[in-house]
Amino acid sequence: MASTTRKRFRNLVPGAFLVVLFFGAAIVSFFYTPFDVETLNIKQRMLTPNAVNWLGTDHFGRDILSMLMVGARTSLAVAFIAVGIGLLFGVPLGLMAASYRGGWIDEFIMRGNDLVFAFPALVIAIMITAVFGPGAVNAIIAIGIFNIPVFARLTRGASLSLWNREFIMAARVAGKNSARISIEHILPNITNLLIVQGTIQFSLGILAEAGLSYVGLGAQPPTPSWGRMLADSQTLTTIAPHLALFPGMVIVLTVLGLNLLGDGLRDWLDPRLRRER
Amino acid sequence: MLFYLFKRITSLIATLVVASLVVFTVIEVVPGDPASYMLGMNASEDTVQALKTELGLNQGRIPRYFGWVSGMLRGDFGTSYTYRTPVADMVSERLMVSLPLALSALTLAIVLAFPAGLLAASRRGGAVDSIVMAITQLGVAIPNFWFAMWLVLLFAIKWQWFSAGGFPGWDIGFWGGMKALTLPAIALALPQASILARVLRSSLLDVLNEDYVRTARAKGLTRRQALWRHALRNAMIPVLTIIGLQFSFLLAGAIIIENVFFLPGLGRLIFQSIAQRDLIVVESVIMLLVFAVVLVTFLVDIAYAWVDPRMRRGH
Amino acid sequence: MKFFTRSVTSLMLAAVFSGSALAAKTDITIGMALEPPNLDPTGGAAAAIDEVVYANIFEGLTRFGADGSVNPALASEWAIEEEGKRYVFTLQSGVKYHDGADFTAEDVKFSLDRARGEDSTNAQKGLFANITDVEVIDDTTVAVNLENPDGNLLFNLAWGDAIILDSASAETAATAPVGTGPFKFSNWVQGDRIDIERNPDYWGEAVALEKATFKFISEPTAAFAALMAGDVDAFPNYPAPENLPQLEADPRFSVVLGSTEGETILSMNNKSEALSDVRVRKAIAHAIDRQAIIDGAMFGYGTPIGSHFAPHHPSYLDLTGNSPFDQDAARALLKEAGVEGDLTLSLKLPPPAYARRGGEIIAAQLREVGIDTEIENVEWAQWLEQVFKGKDFDLTIVSHTEPLDIGIYARDDYYFQYDNPNFKELIGAFNVETDPEQRDVMLKQAQTMVSEDYVNGFLFQLAKTGVANNKIEGLWANQPTQANDLTGVSWTD
Repeated sequence: MASTTRKRFRNLVPGAFLVVLFFGAAIVSFFYTPFDVETLNIKQRMLTPNAVNWLGTDHFGRDILSMLMVGARTSLAVAFIAVGIGLLFGVPLGLMAASYRGGWIDEFIMRGNDLVFAFPALVIAIMITAVFGPGAVNAIIAIGIFNIPVFARLTRGASLSLWNREFIMAARVAGKNSARISIEHILPNITNLLIVQGTIQFSLGILAEAGLSYVGLGAQPPTPSWGRMLADSQTLTTIAPHLALFPGMVIVLTVLGLNLLGDGLRDWLDPRLRRER
Repeated sequence: MLFYLFKRITSLIATLVVASLVVFTVIEVVPGDPASYMLGMNASEDTVQALKTELGLNQGRIPRYFGWVSGMLRGDFGTSYTYRTPVADMVSERLMVSLPLALSALTLAIVLAFPAGLLAASRRGGAVDSIVMAITQLGVAIPNFWFAMWLVLLFAIKWQWFSAGGFPGWDIGFWGGMKALTLPAIALALPQASILARVLRSSLLDVLNEDYVRTARAKGLTRRQALWRHALRNAMIPVLTIIGLQFSFLLAGAIIIENVFFLPGLGRLIFQSIAQRDLIVVESVIMLLVFAVVLVTFLVDIAYAWVDPRMRRGH
Repeated sequence: MKFFTRSVTSLMLAAVFSGSALAAKTDITIGMALEPPNLDPTGGAAAAIDEVVYANIFEGLTRFGADGSVNPALASEWAIEEEGKRYVFTLQSGVKYHDGADFTAEDVKFSLDRARGEDSTNAQKGLFANITDVEVIDDTTVAVNLENPDGNLLFNLAWGDAIILDSASAETAATAPVGTGPFKFSNWVQGDRIDIERNPDYWGEAVALEKATFKFISEPTAAFAALMAGDVDAFPNYPAPENLPQLEADPRFSVVLGSTEGETILSMNNKSEALSDVRVRKAIAHAIDRQAIIDGAMFGYGTPIGSHFAPHHPSYLDLTGNSPFDQDAARALLKEAGVEGDLTLSLKLPPPAYARRGGEIIAAQLREVGIDTEIENVEWAQWLEQVFKGKDFDLTIVSHTEPLDIGIYARDDYYFQYDNPNFKELIGAFNVETDPEQRDVMLKQAQTMVSEDYVNGFLFQLAKTGVANNKIEGLWANQPTQANDLTGVSWTD
């Protein structure tokens, strides 16, 4: 028994630790950073890690540790809100499709999903930024749009199996309409699933934000973001590799943390699903 | 089945029509036009207008939309505004980079993922399983372009085994071309291999728990025999689906990697053309990619329906 | 001692192999950051077009030399008549196009008429605005008649946009250029390279190179790697100044710092609400620490400027003293203008590194004197639409790379909207003045006026940072026009 418990938390604990660490860094950055990230000091640029600047300084002489802390806000916020958009639009669409399963509304929603899926994610981002200009908000929208069909499909799929269950039948007999059943009975039963998928989409969102910023479609200066730090450092890898090393490591650890957390949550919330992907 | 086919074809066409409308509308409202871009800062307004007329940009939007769509139906994708060459030629040239890149990345991913996934599944819970799971967990978390940066730094700059990017063309020989694609393919393959290994492992474990495998084992097959004789074949369906998805992702989703290695592939073509407001190229290439994805989805659906009649109604 | 012997032996070996045993190389690979969209310099503004074709494939009546002088090209000589309103050009005879067609006076008329015609798509159509007609006198003589006397005509005709095309092949110049130059086009692998080869029938002095390849590498890291690996022999405009010290330290390469015609400026919208006040513009000029921008954005490469004028030009005046870095002065001026601590300006940045990096530095410098900026990174197409045409901006950073282009300050409705009648009058007079001494005086007046009106924040002259294998000679050190003239390039051993 003890070993199963340990196994159960094997992913959850390190995952939660990493996630809390980086969220914490982002929150702390509102009150305190070792150095100001808005002041440039060209003379102090590209210092290697030292006692004063623990992780060194970037190409404008800003403290990399402070930049990472402030950058965490952007990167986490973009991915988080994008997941929110996915949930906000995707879940109701999925619920609706499931309650009208087989009907034209279902067909319409599912074909709409196919349509969005048919566009490669980066192409959506390129189109949006071409129209509205690059920026954190547009990165959120681009990533968010892609999250919608993910949640819609998941919600629909999970709801469909529930609709045949006895307790739903009972609710129907009691005279509740589809919308009420969806909200009162279906939704609570798929919450765990949504939380797990949300964590996964969150980690994908971090990667997407990094990628978008890397090609210049994400947050704009002077707002630091992890992806932008990578983009700024790409021409400097031959002279100052630490400029690219630390932001990249932070991204890897955050994504890793979120994935572990997702796996851990699945094990914890729903032992039946336990299969460590 | 016929009705199902009819329904799916109708929705395929509807998706493409809607997609073409979306693409055209979005690209049309992008600020900036190709003529001004090409002529730069010193050009006068009448020069810009003259070039617009020459490029056919002064026609209304509706005739241009229909011109574009009917051209595509005839296989004519128009002529690039800035390069002045047929879009179809440009695309086929770019495909000669993107396609081999996607194929080699996928091959590499499969070659890495299969042994890893099989090994992990056959020794579930053991040390090998843990190591494979840890590596793949990391592989999924590493941004491929960041990984690519280090590959360039080590293999191209420090040791100079490979060139840091660019594509010399296939006319210098097959291996010359493949050499240029090696680093990008590795960068692309790492996360894909990790995903694939995980999917393979879990789908093998699923199958191993199914009744018929248990029966087989009860009949005296060892776990490994059961794995090879029964599970692998049945576990392939989800794996193949993922591979299909990965292929279409790799074809278009290599944009960032193509940028890191400045490979003249399809993704970078979109990127470049939108910067230059070479709208016809952007529109046509996006439509091609959409068409590819939609077609693959369609074929997969049909194949499923053919295999499993239950799929024909709903899901 | 042992080391010494070994290195002497290896030196001798090297001498044997590279010096006597092998003949000098006759092919070269030139690195370029941007690929040209097409190869017709008369139908597009992209600098990359000229960087491939200028003087190599196409020639005009006159041409720029490495020092920026205007020299004869397809016109061997000329006479100025009617007090500067008529130029009679004598053409080189026996010139053939790469496809074997003869070059005649008719082609000159065709090309110039095409460039200035109603439906011309020439990006620099303005260069030809003063021409009233082009008159073919005989096969090798052509006269250009002007509306007003023009001291700039020979200069204007030297631009890449004024090259001479054959009417038969002009339409396909974009993809299959046919010119009269010492090299002919041979191959284009899109996204990778363009090959050109020696034209055996060239009318002028034969070139040393047999083949040349332009390889397009936009990624600075890859450019560095390509040089280190020897995939590229020279990078005349090396895109990443940050790597230059490393390349300089490598004995295989020489790094040549030259000047360009690129005045890099913080353009201000002189008609936007806040910036119409000269005190605010002056405050911004004082808030800028040019050296920090040159160090931070260009890693030290660049010359500070105080007006819109290239330091290497004989008429240059050093006017940086009009706007020294002085934060207190900037704050005082802002206070005087009544916008102290209450000013937010948009700053739109096009793609080049000087703009993107420089913009971040300027934003931080402006913040120190109490001006907030909203940075927006834009693509060139968007920049042209919003900033250049739409004038929807407060600040932007751009390098004006046309030679001797202070005349843009006299244009009506130009994007920074200076609109000063006195300046327009001055430039008007300059354009018809042919006396060199008077022209010099006028250019100095123009520089001073623009500087003292604080039209824009004048940052620095873009440096040409060329890297080349040190066995190559004959590459241009400076960049009087956007070109990679290979006519004088050769390998030394």
